[in-house]
Amino acid sequence: MSSTFFFALAGIGLFVLGLYGLIIYAHLLRKILAINIMGSGVFLVLAGLAHRLPDGTADPISHAMIITGIVVAVAATALALVLMLQVQHTTGQAVLPEKQKY
Amino acid sequence: MQIKVLSQKMEEDTIASWPIRLTVGGIVLMIAVGLLYAIWSLSPDYAELKWTLAASMHESGVSHPVTAVLMNFRGYDTLLEMGVLLLAVMGTWSLTPIKAAPETHPPGLVQDGLLRLLIPLITLVAGYVLWAGAYAPGGAFQAGALLTAAGILLLLSDWQLPASLLPWLLRLLLVSGVAVFIGAALSMLWLNTYLLAYPPQWAGSIILLIELCATVSISAILVALFLGGRPDEPGSTI
Repeated sequence: MSSTFFFALAGIGLFVLGLYGLIIYAHLLRKILAINIMGSGVFLVLAGLAHRLPDGTADPISHAMIITGIVVAVAATALALVLMLQVQHTTGQAVLPEKQKY
Repeated sequence: MQIKVLSQKMEEDTIASWPIRLTVGGIVLMIAVGLLYAIWSLSPDYAELKWTLAASMHESGVSHPVTAVLMNFRGYDTLLEMGVLLLAVMGTWSLTPIKAAPETHPPGLVQDGLLRLLIPLITLVAGYVLWAGAYAPGGAFQAGALLTAAGILLLLSDWQLPASLLPWLLRLLLVSGVAVFIGAALSMLWLNTYLLAYPPQWAGSIILLIELCATVSISAILVALFLGGRPDEPGSTI
């Protein structure tokens, strides 16, 4: 197995691990962390697949997509954290309410 | 503080019951197998886009392909992305109450001395990374991340923008990246009828200008996000 597919495999593993955590845990901070792990998995897949050109050079287009993606992920995480603090401020706990009860 | 409350709550986090965990685990494994198959079955000779890129590199104004894609060929993408960053700050500011100046302690002797060494060094390296983006890995986003580190270090050691400059200087920094990018896009529309189609002889300078403003803007946006709310300003109402 080439290193390209090893990276892609690790990326899929991270993505799936994050997806599992996102569904299983109720706490919003864990959910945000899980989404970040999923994002890292996607970036790893992109970076790994960029290197599978026959001439051994990297594909600059997926690299450019990763660069923009990382910065957007940071900004989105910050916004998500602020939203989480707001949920906690309103309902007293950082968990999405099961039913409309406030 | 709030963070402490959160971490206490994390300890008593509810977790789904065993049957649900097993079901979710099974579904997630199936997704993994599907994704693996999708990647395995990708055609190995997909590189047409790369050859298109290599053929038109001489028109891009820079010699590093990633920067060419980011700032020229997929400039629209990057422009919208700068808009997304600005939206994140606007969302943050509209959701949180206005922050009083964060509690910081005046930096100790070691921290102060280290900052005096580090901040100029980080700024210098950021400038180099920005400049090197034309022909080597680097560019606006990397330089912006470096400047963000410098800004967060300054924030953590009791340094703030002068209150009289804060209202307009901070907003100018936040908006400058998107504003210059849109300005460049519109002037190209007016000059040669295509949005973001830089003439090859000017492309290098236009890209450098956009990247310079984008660097400053990205770092200002990320530092503002780190602060987590609109900073207190003279005359602002709560």
